[in-house]
Amino acid sequence: MKSLKTIRLGKQRVSFLLDTRASRRTIFVGCMAILAVLISASFGESFINPWHVIQALLGQGDAYNQLLVVDFRLPRILLAAFAGMALAVAGAILQGMIKNPLASPDIIGISAGGSAAVVGFLALFSNNDHVLLVSINWMPLAGFIGAMLVGLLVYVLAWKDGVTSTRLVLIGLGIATFLQAITTMLMIIGPVYVASEVQKWLIGSVSSTDWNEVVIMVPVIAVLLVVTFLIVRHLNVQDFGDDTAMSLGQSVQKMRFGLIVLSACLVGSAISFTGAIGFVGLMAPHIARRLVGSAFGLLIPMSAAIGCFLVVVADIIGRTAFNPIEVPAGVFTAAIGAPYFIYLLFKNPRK
Amino acid sequence: MVLKSKSAKIIGLIAMVFAVVIAMCMSLLYGYAYTSLQTTIQSFTNFDQSNEHIIIQDVRIPRALIAASVGASLAITGVLLQTLTKNPLASPGILGINAGAGFAVVCSLVFFHVESLQSFAWIAFTGAAIATAAVYGISSVGRDASTPLKITLAGAAISAMFTSYTQGLLAINEAEMDQILFWLAGSVQGRKLEILLSVLPYLVIGWVGAILISGKMNVLALGDDVARGLGLRIGFIKLVVGIIAVLLAGGSVAIAGPIGFVGIVIPHIARKLIGQDHRWLIPAAALLGAVLLLLADVGARYVIMPREVPVGVMTAIIGTPFFIYLARKGGKKV
Repeated sequence: MKSLKTIRLGKQRVSFLLDTRASRRTIFVGCMAILAVLISASFGESFINPWHVIQALLGQGDAYNQLLVVDFRLPRILLAAFAGMALAVAGAILQGMIKNPLASPDIIGISAGGSAAVVGFLALFSNNDHVLLVSINWMPLAGFIGAMLVGLLVYVLAWKDGVTSTRLVLIGLGIATFLQAITTMLMIIGPVYVASEVQKWLIGSVSSTDWNEVVIMVPVIAVLLVVTFLIVRHLNVQDFGDDTAMSLGQSVQKMRFGLIVLSACLVGSAISFTGAIGFVGLMAPHIARRLVGSAFGLLIPMSAAIGCFLVVVADIIGRTAFNPIEVPAGVFTAAIGAPYFIYLLFKNPRK
Repeated sequence: MVLKSKSAKIIGLIAMVFAVVIAMCMSLLYGYAYTSLQTTIQSFTNFDQSNEHIIIQDVRIPRALIAASVGASLAITGVLLQTLTKNPLASPGILGINAGAGFAVVCSLVFFHVESLQSFAWIAFTGAAIATAAVYGISSVGRDASTPLKITLAGAAISAMFTSYTQGLLAINEAEMDQILFWLAGSVQGRKLEILLSVLPYLVIGWVGAILISGKMNVLALGDDVARGLGLRIGFIKLVVGIIAVLLAGGSVAIAGPIGFVGIVIPHIARKLIGQDHRWLIPAAALLGAVLLLLADVGARYVIMPREVPVGVMTAIIGTPFFIYLARKGGKKV
């Protein structure tokens, strides 16, 4: 058995088992993620010494560096970090709830709902000269509403004396493919600029961010993440399957509804600002599972750390590799994540 | 399951054959240029070089045949892969077939400026084969070699990787995007009969192979351990499934580009109609897949006339409502 430590706080109010090796790994990856955030602030059009970055973050250093770091780079880095965490955690929740390794925000239609809403928004509010009639700032709202509505729609359609995970995932899959079809059709019949704007959104990008977006998104996701940590125990129970969960005293249907709402909120608030960054929601939890096992207590923080790391690093590469062209971050999440995951499949042959 | 007794299943299959024939006729008759049933028949019996006859013989017949064979191939692949991976979400895409083909085609367009559909076909086929070989290679290493979970995960990773490379190439070369977007959505439009004929041998081998191993698939569906206990050579069967999948799905993607939905949803619909027995399931899925793709192709001509939407889009629009109905209606089992 692994080395487990029991930690109790207060009079048995809070207690949990801690797997020391896995916790060390989680902390290590967490530090890597933070490091990636700091390094990310150094890269860009001009390189800034990491030491100067830290100075600028603390409000010292020269004004030029402060402008670059705090006003230009920090917003997009925060956006990338939090979007990565949100998507990874949502993926972990969905995989635990649906008990299917292919489950991810893309597959049960939440991301597809966001994309379809964005394309619809661009198509609906453009006039014949392809000029947008309303501010582009409303686009995130459209994406969020789309994601939430589709999440609810899937849930309602899957409801029949309760929601089974199989029905949920099948209906989600149907809705997702349907919405992807609509999205593709709108892209093809619409003008080219819509296609390229939507393509960017579909891949997911954190460019053109400012503090206004960050102050909306970061607190929301932070709260949602805290909520997730609080209900993590129930997720462990759901993972046993409906019958066991029920006999352990869990109200399976209520919990399932709560978990869907939670993951839809996480995904919706992340992708409404960044676009549908793929891969993180699917693969970050799998990578995490290979590293810390499948108990959700550590799986969720580990997924969050990996998600954060992946998107931040992908953004660094996207900004610098093909300078001056910026490649959307969503391209590189899979480009760097997939080889690592394949390596893990090779290296870690355990059941 | 709707059709329980053996005779009901036979009648069901015959009805599906009729549906395929009717859908084929519709595909020949309807379109932008108006043609009557009489003209259509005359174009076979009494070809007179008129515009209508040329349209029917050179445009619509290849289209109908391609739609039918691609639909059938994708549906069969879907059945095989869902059983192989024990996952209702598996589709031909899960072995990286579509992603590999898409990447190969975009590469050839961006780097070598290949632009003909004929050359796309072979490039796509090669890409699909390479991706599938990679998935099998990765999943066959280690103690848990070739378990359904490992194949699934390796496939998902390889697909994601190739998809992201494709997106990256498109993001850097925006000019090419417009040309390739239609290919990436999948279409049976503008394909010549020669493309089908050159790929057809592979498809036929795949169809025959799928029917031949259908009994073995029933055993495999019981789970690896049980199947091994019953004397099934698991490794061999999985390899054969992989080869058939490459032949069928690789051939389809070579002809028509990556068409979604058929391969993932038709198996579920077929299973609801005719049950879990692969000896019935595979033919039923093939026929239903052909019907869906033929109808979707007819629909694709009408939605935004005179232009066309990619048939991959129409399959989803036509198929989803029915699929959701079935998913809600069915019992506990999938």
